[in-house]
Amino acid sequence: MPTQLPADAPSGPPRVSPFYDPRIRGAAYQILLLLAVGVVAWIAIGNAAENLRNARVASGFGFLGNTAGFDVNQTVIPFTAATSTYGTAFLVGLTNTLIVAAIGIVLATLLGFAVGVARLSPNWIVRTLATVYVEVLRNIPLLLQLLFWYVAVLASLPSARDSYALGTSVFLNQRGLYLPKPLLAADAWALPLALAIGIIGTLLFRAHARREQARTGRRLPVLAVGLALVLGLPLLAYGVLALLGIAPVALDFPIKGTFNLRGGMQLYPEFVALVLGLTVYTAAFIAEVVRAGIQAVNRGQTEAARALGLQPGPTMRLVVIPQAMRVIVPPLTSQFLNLTKNSSLAVAIGYPDLVQVFMGTVLNQTGQAVEVVAITMAVYLTISLVTAFAMNLYNRRVALIER
Amino acid sequence: MTAGSQPLPLTFVRREAVPAAPPPSLVAGPLAWLRRNLFSSPANAVMTLAALAVIALAVPPLLRFLVFDAVWTGENRDACRAEVIGRPVGACWAFVGAKINYFIYGSYPIEERWRPNVFFALMAIGVGWMLWLDAPKRAWGALYFFVVFPVASYGLLTGVPSLGLPAVPTALWGGMLVTLIVSLVGIVASLPLGILLALGRRSRLPIVRLFCVIFIEFWRGVPLITVLFMANVMLPLFLPGDVTVDRLARPLVGIALFSAAYMAETVRGGLQAIPRGQTEGAMSLGLSPWHRMRLIILPQALRIVIPGIVNSFIALFKDTSLVSIVGIFDFIRTIESARVDPAWAAPTVVMTGYAFAALFYFVFCFGMSRYARFVERRLAAGQTR
Repeated sequence: MPTQLPADAPSGPPRVSPFYDPRIRGAAYQILLLLAVGVVAWIAIGNAAENLRNARVASGFGFLGNTAGFDVNQTVIPFTAATSTYGTAFLVGLTNTLIVAAIGIVLATLLGFAVGVARLSPNWIVRTLATVYVEVLRNIPLLLQLLFWYVAVLASLPSARDSYALGTSVFLNQRGLYLPKPLLAADAWALPLALAIGIIGTLLFRAHARREQARTGRRLPVLAVGLALVLGLPLLAYGVLALLGIAPVALDFPIKGTFNLRGGMQLYPEFVALVLGLTVYTAAFIAEVVRAGIQAVNRGQTEAARALGLQPGPTMRLVVIPQAMRVIVPPLTSQFLNLTKNSSLAVAIGYPDLVQVFMGTVLNQTGQAVEVVAITMAVYLTISLVTAFAMNLYNRRVALIER
Repeated sequence: MTAGSQPLPLTFVRREAVPAAPPPSLVAGPLAWLRRNLFSSPANAVMTLAALAVIALAVPPLLRFLVFDAVWTGENRDACRAEVIGRPVGACWAFVGAKINYFIYGSYPIEERWRPNVFFALMAIGVGWMLWLDAPKRAWGALYFFVVFPVASYGLLTGVPSLGLPAVPTALWGGMLVTLIVSLVGIVASLPLGILLALGRRSRLPIVRLFCVIFIEFWRGVPLITVLFMANVMLPLFLPGDVTVDRLARPLVGIALFSAAYMAETVRGGLQAIPRGQTEGAMSLGLSPWHRMRLIILPQALRIVIPGIVNSFIALFKDTSLVSIVGIFDFIRTIESARVDPAWAAPTVVMTGYAFAALFYFVFCFGMSRYARFVERRLAAGQTR
C-alpha cells in the first residue's frame, strides 16, 4: 500500500484545469489550425477539380509532350514551331531566364560596388553623383524603367541602314546590338583545355600560397600568377595553334549590307533592354548594401592598419573589405535573388523568359493553369532556395568566429 | 679614450631655434575646400574631371528636354511636332495636361468623379493621422485607417444604390486611383497579417511555426508576376463554379498575401531585437501571454521597425505597377494606352508620359524614404550619447 502523502504537500507541478494547461491548449490550437488548413485545401481542390471537369481541361503533365506550334525568336537551344514540344518551350524559357539573371548579376555587382564605393568617396562631386544615381533609380518602379529603355530609348535608335557604329564591328540599331561572334573551329578543344588547366593551377597555387603565408608570413603574388595562368595558357595555346597554321577561333564580324546587317551575333533589343534595366536598377540597391557594409567596419580597424604602415590600397583589400563582406553577403544574396525574380518582368517587353513563354504563351494555348503555374513557381522557388543555400555556405565561411 | 669611441648619444637636443615655417597657404575658404575635396591627389582630380564630364553630358540635354524646349500648352499633336511649330520640341507637357483626368481617374464616370476625390481626402486624413507621430488619439487613427476608412471607401467607390450612390463597376476604375487603391489594400492587409505570421514563426508550437515558415518562404521565393498570374487564373478555379471574383479583387488577394510575407520578416526582425528580459519582466508581473505580447513586446518591436515597415511599403508601392501586366488599368496602363492615342501622335509623347510617371512614383517613394529616415533619427534620439 503506497504511503499516504499529506494533503497539502506539493506533488509535482501545480495542477491546473486542462482548459488552462498550456500544453493542452497548444495542442488544441495546432489541431484547429491543421483542421482549418485541411478543410480549406479540401474545398479548394474539390472546386478546382469540378471547375476543370466542367471546362474539359485534361489534368496532368501530358501536355508537355505535345507540339508547341509557336515560335520563339531568341533561343540557345534548338527550337522550331513545327516539331518542338511544350516541354522544350519550357526549357527555352528557363535557359533564357537563367542567361539574363547570370549576366545581370555579374554586371549589377560590378556597377553596384563601384557606385557603393563612390558614395563613400572623399570627392564631393563623385559622392553626390553616386547619391543621385541611387536615389533616383531606387525610387522608380522597375517596370517603368524597362518600358523606358525598351519603348523610349531603343525604339528611337536609327534603322539598320544608319546604325550607330562603334569601330567597324559593333553596331547598334533598332534591331538590337550586333557584336562579332566567335566561332570555334574543330581543333579548338585545346583552348578550353588550357583554360581549365589555368583555373586548376590557380586554385592549387592559391592553396600553396596560403600555406606558405601561414608558415613564413610571406605573401605570394596570387593575383598575378592566377591571371598569368588563366589568361596566359589559352593565349599560349592559341599562339601554338596559330603557328601550326590552324585558326582555332574565327570571329564572324557583322557586315553592313544595303538594308540589313549580316553575320555576327545579334543581341535582340528586348534582351538588351532587360539586361540594362535589371543591371541599372539592382546596382542602386547593391550600392547601398556595399556602403552599409563598409561603414559597418570600425574606423579603428583602418587606423590600426595605417598605424602598422599599410598603404591605403592594402588596408582596403586586406583589412576593411574582408570584414565588410560579412555584413555585405547576406543582403547581397537577397539582391541576387531579387534580380532573378525581377527578370520575370521580361513579359512586359516581350523577352521570351520563363514567364513569357511558359506562363504566357503555353498557358494560353493549353489552358492547363494549375500545372503551368505550379511548374513556374516551383522553378523560381528552387532557384531561390538553391541560391540562398549556396550563399549561406559562403556566408558561413566568411562569418566571424567568436569564442 | 678617444672621442671616436664615446658611446653614441641617446638623446639629441637641438640647440638653435628652427626658423618659422610659412603659414599653410590654404586651410580655409572655398579654394581650400576645392583642393581638399576635389583635387587632393592626381587620382582624385581625374575622378573629379570624369564626374564633371558625366554631369556636363547629362544635365544640359535633360534640362533642355524637360524645361527649355518643352511644350506647355496645346490642343493636340500639332502643338508637339517640331515641323509644325518650327523649333526643336522637348517634353510635350500639353499631352499630360490634356490627359491628366484620365491618368487620375481612368474611365470613372465624369459626373461621379467627386467620389474618388472624397476618397483621396479620406485617405489623406488617415495617412496624415498615422504619419504624424504626435497626432492626437493615434489609437483611434489606427482604427479609422484599418477599419472605418476601408469599409467607407469601398461603399463610396463601388456605390451604394440605396443611399443614392449609383454603382460603378471596377472595370471603369483606373489610373492613380487604382494604383493608390492597390497599394492601400496591400498595406492595410499586409500589416496585421504580417504581424500574425511573424508571431507564428516565433511560436513554440511546432506545427504553427512550420506552417508560417512555409507560407513566408513560399511567397518570398516566387516573383510577384507569377503570384498575379496565379491569382488571375487559379483563384476562380478554387472557388465554386457559380462564384465570380471581381477582376480587380484577384490581384489584390495576391498582393496582400505576397506583401504579408515580406512584412512578416520585417516584424520578426523587430521581435528578435526585444531583449528577453522584457518578456521575463512581463511574466513576473503575472501578465498572460496575450497581454505580454500586446502591451509589452509588440509596441516596442513595431516601434523599432517603423523604418523597415516604411521600406516594405515603398517596395509594395512600386510593385503595384505590375498589376498592369495582368490587365488592371493602373497608372502605368493609362500612360501606355494614352501614348498610342493618334490625336497625340508626336515623337516626344512617349518620353513625356514616362517622365511624368517617373516623377509621380519618385515623389511618393522618395517622400516615404525621407519619412523613414526622419522617424529613425527621432527614435534614435534617446540612444545618442
